[in-house]
Amino acid sequence: MSADVELDKVSIRFGDFVAVRSATLKISDGQFFSFLGPSGCGKTTILRTISGFLEPSEGTVRIGGRDMRGIGPNKRPTALIFQNLALFPLMTVAENIGYGLRVQGMPIAERRRRVEELLNLIALPGQGDKKVSELSGGQKQRVAIARALAVEPKVLLLDEPLSALDLKLRQHMRNELRAIQRRVGITFIYITHDQGEALTMSDRIAVMNAGVIEQIGDGKSVYDDPATAFVASFVGENNPFPGRVAALANGEAVVDTPFGRLLGRNRSGVKVGDEAILFVRPEAFRLGRGGEGRSLEAPVASVAFEGNMSHIYLKGAARKDIIVSIGRSDSERVPAQGETTAIHFDAGGGLVLPVGRLASD
Amino acid sequence: MIEQAVKYLIFAAPFIVVAVFWAMARAERRALGDVSSKTLFERNGAAISIYLLVAVGFWALVMIVLPQLYMVDFSFHPKLLPREYGGPKDHYTLDNYRYFIYGSTTSSEAYNTLHLKAFFLTIVASLGVTAFNFCFCYPLAYYLAQVAKPERLRIVILLLILPFWVNEILRAFAFRVIFATSGLLNSLFLGFGLIDQPIDFLGLDIGMYTGLSYAYLLLMMFPLYNAIESLDKNQIEAARDLGAPWWHIHLFVVMPFAKPGIASGCTMVFMLTAGALAAPLILGGPKSLWFTPIVYDRFYQAFNWPQGSAYAFILLLTCIVFVLAVLRVFKVSLGEITR
Repeated sequence: MSADVELDKVSIRFGDFVAVRSATLKISDGQFFSFLGPSGCGKTTILRTISGFLEPSEGTVRIGGRDMRGIGPNKRPTALIFQNLALFPLMTVAENIGYGLRVQGMPIAERRRRVEELLNLIALPGQGDKKVSELSGGQKQRVAIARALAVEPKVLLLDEPLSALDLKLRQHMRNELRAIQRRVGITFIYITHDQGEALTMSDRIAVMNAGVIEQIGDGKSVYDDPATAFVASFVGENNPFPGRVAALANGEAVVDTPFGRLLGRNRSGVKVGDEAILFVRPEAFRLGRGGEGRSLEAPVASVAFEGNMSHIYLKGAARKDIIVSIGRSDSERVPAQGETTAIHFDAGGGLVLPVGRLASD
Repeated sequence: MIEQAVKYLIFAAPFIVVAVFWAMARAERRALGDVSSKTLFERNGAAISIYLLVAVGFWALVMIVLPQLYMVDFSFHPKLLPREYGGPKDHYTLDNYRYFIYGSTTSSEAYNTLHLKAFFLTIVASLGVTAFNFCFCYPLAYYLAQVAKPERLRIVILLLILPFWVNEILRAFAFRVIFATSGLLNSLFLGFGLIDQPIDFLGLDIGMYTGLSYAYLLLMMFPLYNAIESLDKNQIEAARDLGAPWWHIHLFVVMPFAKPGIASGCTMVFMLTAGALAAPLILGGPKSLWFTPIVYDRFYQAFNWPQGSAYAFILLLTCIVFVLAVLRVFKVSLGEITR
């Protein structure tokens, strides 16, 4: 049986508050799928709905083609990993991992064998007798994963499980999670507000804002071809140049910005006269003058050296600075503070999107 | 000579117990290897520490332990006129304890069945009341701690507390009004035609057991509530997500976590029920057997204070031993209860 997870026009309301608005998507079996969005965007609500702790106010959740309405979390082929992991503190590591099997009534000998297998999978062989409190943060994480995997779910749901870890461990666990997912081959649905996590681990990402799924796609398309102003500003750094569309030509739009007329790809079909925002990624900028409609000038507000690259902050039109990221290998001279500097971007470096709410930072 | 030695032994007992507990605490701390824990003086400074030690010491020793010890000492003396104490007739004796078992201070031919029966019945019935209290309070405590919304929680807790503002004796009499042959419950049943003869609730001890169960309800309720309240909701959901049915979650996730609270509530209710006086006196039927009224009678009907002391001491000791044994079986340490 396939274990595709489908949401069909799912809305979830708490009283008057709409937490999720008409979400429709399909997650194919075996994918690593992420919901990415700021806190309060409804991503955890979606996860709780898939796991069965919440029922949708409208719409249908299907797993493997089967309507899940009325089926409790203990009867669904899903397992949830909680943000705080929710390991049972009074049980040993082995008892934690074996809990779901014990519920199923698996005989002790078989259970012990299975737990040992899972301990090997999470690289904690022979540590079953330890107390949970004796484990490090990363080990607890892995035990929580093993506990969820023990019941052989078709879908593993993860609710920001890495958020409590420090940076180094978090990066390590990203790879670990991805590796575990490849090994067990089941669907992982991952919730995060960290775009780095979503981009590195996921096959596909749904970017959410205020209860609405704004875009679904793989990491590259979400980053390179954001569908909305929110996605463009939330996923990765971006420099917005708001203005009115002045002209259209060759699939590009000309936007009247405070820095003059600038050109960007027009994939979302803005028309002349529309309010729009031109986005340019910091790494798309080069120092020096460039082609017509792809150059601008501004005084340097500050320069930040970050080892492998330097970030140059130029005074922007609004309160926000324009960020320009220059790689180490670029031989260009990094301008000094206060100096007015010309920057440019190549064709394809700019993207014009209809005006919309930006991710606040 | 031996008289003096026994007296010293009795009054030295609390200090020996305190010393033993102190040594156990030290050993435990060393075993845990907890170097960060500070002593009382390091934590609070000299002035506060001395105040705490003196105040707690005074309260514990002078207000509680010392009077009890006098009772213990008393229980080993024969019944005498007040002026005869310390005189030539005064001596240490086990007669009062012998009376409890054999019903006579001299012969050991027949057992004191009435008192023994009352004693064991009291212990067993107290267990029953404790179990009933637990079964009644656990679902409610769980609901309040994990399910109820804050407003609802406040209302229910208020409803639980309010009746306990009424004096215990008044409450017992109110139960009498309800359970009497011509009382509220019988009138109601008769009125609805459910029965045609009034039921003797008091004679059947139903009134007494209800009163006993109700008297210490809160002492079960709040430890349970506190313990369950501190359980992370996610753990309940995690268990459910892993496929556990509700009873499995309660038995293997919630109850083990709440064990200290369960132990604390059960010990308190058991101890207080076994020693309850008002409910058995007021609500007990003519044939009711409860141990505390018998003890009461030793003091105020028979005017036999030494024997009353002996009886009271037997009850106290049995309860303590019993509770410690139960805690041992369920692997709860005394320290955990106080959490």
